[in-house]
Amino acid sequence: MISSVRQAFDRLRSFFRKDPLDRDLNAEIAAHLELAIEEHLQHGMSPEEARRRALVRFGGVQQAKEQQREARGLPALDIFLQDLRYTMRTLRRDRAFTIVAVLILALGIGANIVVFSVVNTILLRPLPFSNPHELVWIAPPPQKCGMSCATYSADAYEEFRDMSRSYQGITGYEAFTTVDNYRLTGHGEPQPATGISVIGNFFQLLGVQLVIGRLFTMAESRQGAHPVALLANPYWRRQFAADPNIVGKEIDLNGDAVTVVGVLPESFDFGAVFSPGLKVDLLVPLNLDRERMWGNIVTMIGRLKPGVTLGQAQAEALMVEPRLCWNVKYPNSCGSYGGKGESMQLRTLKDYVSGRIRHSLVVLWCAVVLILLIVCVNLSNLLLARAASRTKEFAMRTALGASRGRLIRNLLTESLVLSCAGAICGLGLAYGAIIWLAHQGSIALPLLSSIKVDSSALMWTVLVAIATAVLFGLAPGLKISRSNVQEALKDSGPGTSEGRHHQSLRSALVVSEVALASVLLIGAGLLMRSFLKVLDLDLGFQPDQAASIRVLYDDSAPDEDSTIIKRRVIFRQIIDRVRALPSVNAAGIADFLPLGQNRAWGTPVPKGRTYPDGSLPEPLVYVITPGYVQAMGMRLHGRDFTWSDDPKSERVVLINSSAARFFWPNGDAVGQTLVSGKEELRIVGVVDDIHADSVEGQPGWQIYYPATQKTPDDAHLVIRTSLPPAELAGSVLRALRELNPKQPAAEFRPIRTIVDRAVSPRRFFVLLVSIFAEFGLLLATLGIYGVISYSVAQQTQEIGIRMALGATQGDVLRGVIRKTMFLAVTGIVLGTAASVIVARWIASMLFGTEPTDPATFAAMAVIMTVVALVAGYIPARRAARINPMVALRGN
Amino acid sequence: MWHVHVGTAQEKFNLTQTKLDLLQGTLDVMVLKTLASMGAQHGYGIARRIEQVSGDTILLNQGTIYASLVRLQQRDWISAEWGASENNRKAKFYAITSQGRKQLAEDTAYWRRLAGVMGRVLAMSNEGGEP
Repeated sequence: MISSVRQAFDRLRSFFRKDPLDRDLNAEIAAHLELAIEEHLQHGMSPEEARRRALVRFGGVQQAKEQQREARGLPALDIFLQDLRYTMRTLRRDRAFTIVAVLILALGIGANIVVFSVVNTILLRPLPFSNPHELVWIAPPPQKCGMSCATYSADAYEEFRDMSRSYQGITGYEAFTTVDNYRLTGHGEPQPATGISVIGNFFQLLGVQLVIGRLFTMAESRQGAHPVALLANPYWRRQFAADPNIVGKEIDLNGDAVTVVGVLPESFDFGAVFSPGLKVDLLVPLNLDRERMWGNIVTMIGRLKPGVTLGQAQAEALMVEPRLCWNVKYPNSCGSYGGKGESMQLRTLKDYVSGRIRHSLVVLWCAVVLILLIVCVNLSNLLLARAASRTKEFAMRTALGASRGRLIRNLLTESLVLSCAGAICGLGLAYGAIIWLAHQGSIALPLLSSIKVDSSALMWTVLVAIATAVLFGLAPGLKISRSNVQEALKDSGPGTSEGRHHQSLRSALVVSEVALASVLLIGAGLLMRSFLKVLDLDLGFQPDQAASIRVLYDDSAPDEDSTIIKRRVIFRQIIDRVRALPSVNAAGIADFLPLGQNRAWGTPVPKGRTYPDGSLPEPLVYVITPGYVQAMGMRLHGRDFTWSDDPKSERVVLINSSAARFFWPNGDAVGQTLVSGKEELRIVGVVDDIHADSVEGQPGWQIYYPATQKTPDDAHLVIRTSLPPAELAGSVLRALRELNPKQPAAEFRPIRTIVDRAVSPRRFFVLLVSIFAEFGLLLATLGIYGVISYSVAQQTQEIGIRMALGATQGDVLRGVIRKTMFLAVTGIVLGTAASVIVARWIASMLFGTEPTDPATFAAMAVIMTVVALVAGYIPARRAARINPMVALRGN
Repeated sequence: MWHVHVGTAQEKFNLTQTKLDLLQGTLDVMVLKTLASMGAQHGYGIARRIEQVSGDTILLNQGTIYASLVRLQQRDWISAEWGASENNRKAKFYAITSQGRKQLAEDTAYWRRLAGVMGRVLAMSNEGGEP
């Protein structure tokens, strides 16, 4: 064993010490021959005869050297290096070809690395928690009332935790956290920060190790505990300059002195996992007792005991579910979590995080593999064209004794060199693209912020590079080495119609390239049309020309009525002040904005009617001020709230048209009365449905209460302006600061960006697939152009003869174009057939677009045809301009 | 018989591996035995000695010996040193190492056994079987 290792080492050393060893061997052989000659001379031979005999007895000197070298070194590596040097030389000579090939490969391989990294980050890599396969997401039965139906009450959480046997532990976080819900003071201007309340055992259960400090203790989640917080790593770096002594210090949050107990690791990004697009700065312990009277507020995440399967846990959950109470003090709230046809659903946390976009990612991956295939076909074609002009070179080498294997090896070395160069450049491109992607906070895809070029991405690159090299190098290699030596050497040059066979292989490659590009174009077209349909959706509000900013206010007062009065004064002041700014057309405040947080409070029903429990959808609740409906650009029938709708006056609401139509299908809802518990609510207006919880989903029911009668959870000021909204940021903040010096520098967000964020995953996929499709189209064009201009060059003489015999320029032009169109149309037909299947497969990603959308298919055919015409026209014109005299004299 | 296998690298590719190993091994054993019995010797001397001993029944291309020598050297069975021949020519002298002697003893036993078995097998007479 050891000796064989040693031997391998010796061989390797010999490989690198070639020159001294060769010199040694030469000297030894020379000595050998001299000794032999001397002996022969002693036997009385003539010097010539002695020398001849010595050489004969020795055998071939060169062969002996070869043998010895082979015995001592690494012959395979030698040959490879030889091929490498040869390849470098030929590639350097053919610079244009090399640059084009490497560029195409770099784009193809780069795209593959980027998509692989995205797929790897989101789908393949396990979540950044310990034993992530044990983690499950415990979701309530699917219903249509936004986040209130996606969460549990504090009591339900505790009961589920105590009654279930499948788990090592169950935790959760408060889902109703708004962006910038904290205000950090004491570090210059008040700074907004986003904090999430988590159940005390959250980090222990996930298995997160802190950088410094300690996790929350159970005592810290109880009533009256001293407030503590954990800092997210980026926030610690940004806001506290990565202060290593931060643990134990107090920071001022919302006016409370909060002790920092630790710093989370960089690998833990709450937003990336649980709420894509949300940047979380701090985490605080959730006090369940304080939240007990609120409705559903927490999500549930469980860690299964070892050996317990998801199925077993699901079966157990179904048994526990009917016994859960919304609030244990109200027996009639028990059993409200299930039994309405739907049940709670367990899935792995990984599935919860990335399950929804798995299909899209797989499609994206396939698209990028398709691109790589097109790249391979294109390069095969380029190499074939090159090979055609190198036929003689190869024939010569074969004649001189190179074996077929050696030639193939040589050609594969060439393709390997090209693909490696492409892979290196591609890696550079991908690296840039991935860094860019990692910093796209506006793309609401889970885990995207943790994307990086890691070791598996590098492995993938190597794999792709080798596979590509073999794919595009093998066909031309086999082709060339099979060609007949005599034929090739005799061949008088480019004048005669060389290899019809060659040409037909190249045509087949171009046809497949066009077909693949057509599939990509149709896929991209369908996705693009869906995206445009989504952008075109009537959201029920006007996202353009409007912006929002989170407003800090203090309405604390001894009793509820004076609180409301105080709030009315504050809100009214803010709105009046902001409305007075130039170019502001409308302003209003709502506690939640569409496509953001939401909640439900149960279903008010028309007075005098009863419906069975749970048979009606729960409307999403918004608490708003006068002016909000106008500022959001919503359409209202009836009247808006006024400042005189106050605690003393009649209770009023606005409902959306879906709810109004359900309750009063034939009459007008305005003026009717709803009953919610003991409260009577007068409907003063009906607003058109807004897409409140998703852009693409069908809107459910919505209900609006005035902020002067109900308590808002938050305050987002929305203004509508005739200027670009961003221009108002400064003056609005200044106005708010004048009214309340504590107002933090909260983000001034155009409403459009809220919509953009909601559609960002779709935009991301559409963008990438369109880029791929355009790249595919470009490659197909190049392919067509290459084949046609090559065939024109090959047939120069033939065309010359035909022109000499009376063919007009138009005849020649038409002939070439006809050939081009034949290739293109064949490719388009094949591509269309394949697209029908592919389109059905991506149907679930489409929106308002049929998989067989005739417009998309027609557009693809037209684009492809036009592009092919252009690609064919250039060589066709060149053919038509051939001067028969020159062409015939050519050879 | 040997010179048939002295060819280019490409021809070698076509040989079956077992045959090649056996032949390589044969020459290696001969070299080791020569060095063991003669003491330090240069390449030419080894080649001549093998020719003489084998009585010209095998036609050895003398050049073949150098591949064998480098192989044995890499296995540490022989050592090499530049020195002067009897008529004062500079030549590389090879000597068997203790490891080489051990190997030679093993190989000798192996060859004896093989030769014995082969002898008995080939001495089999046609006992009522097909020829």
